Amino acid sequence: MISNERAFAWGASIFVVLIALLAPLAALGKFQTLEFAYVWAFAIAIVGVNLLTGYCGQISLGNSAFMAVGGYTTAIVVTRLGWSPLATIPLAAVLSAIGGVLLGIPALKLRGLYLGLATFALALSTPSLIRHFDNLTGGSQGIYITGAGKDPFGLVEAGQLTSEQWLYYLAFVFFVLFFLFYRALLKSDVGRAFRSIRDGETVAVANGISLRYYKTLAFAISALMAGVAGSLDAMATSYVGPDSFDATIALALIVGAAIGGLGTLAGPIVGALFTVWSPIYAQVIFKGRPDIAYGVLLILIMYLMPQGVIGGIGRLLGLRRGVRERMVAVPSTPFGPVTAGVDDEH
Amino acid sequence: MATDLFLVASVQGVIQQVVFGLATGGLYASLALALVLIYRAMETLNFAQGEMATFTTFIAFSLLVYLHLPYWLVFPATVVIAVLGGIAVERVIIRPVERAPVITLVLVTLGLFAIFNGLSGLIWGYVVRPFPSPFPTTPVFIGGVGISYQDLGLIGVSTAVLVLIWLFFARTKVGLMMRSAALYPESSRLLGVRVGWMLALGWGLAAGVGAVSGMLVAPITVLDPNLMQSVLLYAFVAAVLGGIDSPVGAVVGGLVVGVLLALVGTYIPNVQDLRLVFGFLVIIVVLIVKPGGLFGREHVERV
Repeated sequence: MISNERAFAWGASIFVVLIALLAPLAALGKFQTLEFAYVWAFAIAIVGVNLLTGYCGQISLGNSAFMAVGGYTTAIVVTRLGWSPLATIPLAAVLSAIGGVLLGIPALKLRGLYLGLATFALALSTPSLIRHFDNLTGGSQGIYITGAGKDPFGLVEAGQLTSEQWLYYLAFVFFVLFFLFYRALLKSDVGRAFRSIRDGETVAVANGISLRYYKTLAFAISALMAGVAGSLDAMATSYVGPDSFDATIALALIVGAAIGGLGTLAGPIVGALFTVWSPIYAQVIFKGRPDIAYGVLLILIMYLMPQGVIGGIGRLLGLRRGVRERMVAVPSTPFGPVTAGVDDEH
Repeated sequence: MATDLFLVASVQGVIQQVVFGLATGGLYASLALALVLIYRAMETLNFAQGEMATFTTFIAFSLLVYLHLPYWLVFPATVVIAVLGGIAVERVIIRPVERAPVITLVLVTLGLFAIFNGLSGLIWGYVVRPFPSPFPTTPVFIGGVGISYQDLGLIGVSTAVLVLIWLFFARTKVGLMMRSAALYPESSRLLGVRVGWMLALGWGLAAGVGAVSGMLVAPITVLDPNLMQSVLLYAFVAAVLGGIDSPVGAVVGGLVVGVLLALVGTYIPNVQDLRLVFGFLVIIVVLIVKPGGLFGREHVERV
């Protein structure tokens, strides 16, 4: 029998995919199409943060640095070597995953707050690192990527898609691929190992889980996703600069993950919608200071529903099943036990 | 002969840089001390410490420039405002999540970071403003080494703040109550110490120390809403280097970081702009090699 929340999850997924596929053709203007391309790109990066912080328990405030690796890889390779933008994505993925492993190695020694501190320091120092190597990165000027909206299949040139639509579908397809990967990963032994590290390292080790292997793996995957997101973001903007990936972006990623719900499967989508659209609405309410809206919402979410929007919905839907589940093995999020429906199945 | 002269000049140069490093290091030490005060009380870091300091520095700026109040009145008034503000932030915003997991507290202080940064920008704008210094920048020559009054003033004020904080904790009853509330909350409560208010007072003191740091940083750089972001990073470095639960460590760490940055920036070519990256690397290296820092205790976890 299909349970309530599984039926809901399937229905919601099909609805989201249909809307996502049709909207740019039917309803969205050029500008909005591009905005939603950012949504999917950010959703990929937030999935990465959620995997690392929400599921593996490693607080990362520095994933913006890996977005920078991806974004600059695309910008440099397209402008200097003349590659097609699409072809740079695998390279961006590999380079940022290497970056993730490099950060993951020292991070093995750090826990909780200290890891947050170190990764935040990384986020704060990223722009100055980019400015320093100005031969490669164009320094403070950044790099304008000409032809970022070009597709290798000629659909844009043939007039079948606008370049905005191409960028949108590119980001969406990558998001769907990463989302399916992340969902499968979480159901696998690897996902179980991640969660068990989050819930108690000592117990995880006692159960034969290698912290070194799984934590490094979590960093690598998370960084890879951030890198691809950075690459897609650079294409959609046609520009990268040192401030494209500063501490504000680092903050936006963790805020997005928390608002959607850390340790929830669908949280990143809600988080990405919020991250991309709230600055635009905040423009009206807070005179262009989205930070205030971010801060207030983040704190309110922490008070009212620490498992984020998706966690809150899961809770509402799973109220009845909650009692039974509490008596069996209780799945938990970084904020303690959850009643039901949040983690999908284990 | 020429090389001799060069040598003399560079020795004086080094001394000059060391003094400058101590002066800026005192500022890092103050903000690091603010972080440590909160860490000792509730084992979390306030990521918004720098932004709160920036906000109070803007308040000082308004008092000075719009109300034309004299500097030495504005200085203590701002510290008092900061202390009250810090207490209010703890009582209103932190209290509901006091016992929550680390990540919740980190996220809430990141929320505060965004709010204070946004508020500074909203109220005072992103224009870069000069902030007056109470000390002239003219140099005084001691043994052939030119040292600015400003550097000496900074060293003097930082020292005074640190000594006052130390006296407060070591010699006053409230200081003792705060220490006991942090170390043994349950027993303290039984003895009639209002632990919650001690936490709030800790936040207040931290905000006050941070305010001093902000008002002293602003004349050296310029005042804008991102004033304290790099200082916060160096304060993190200082706190980690000294041992995150050690006030003495924060001070020593701050001074070491200040001097190191001054020397590295001057004598290693082409890395002036990599100071933040240098800070990040120091954090990583210290946390790996000596996680307890120079003066802190190693963290031991019980299962």
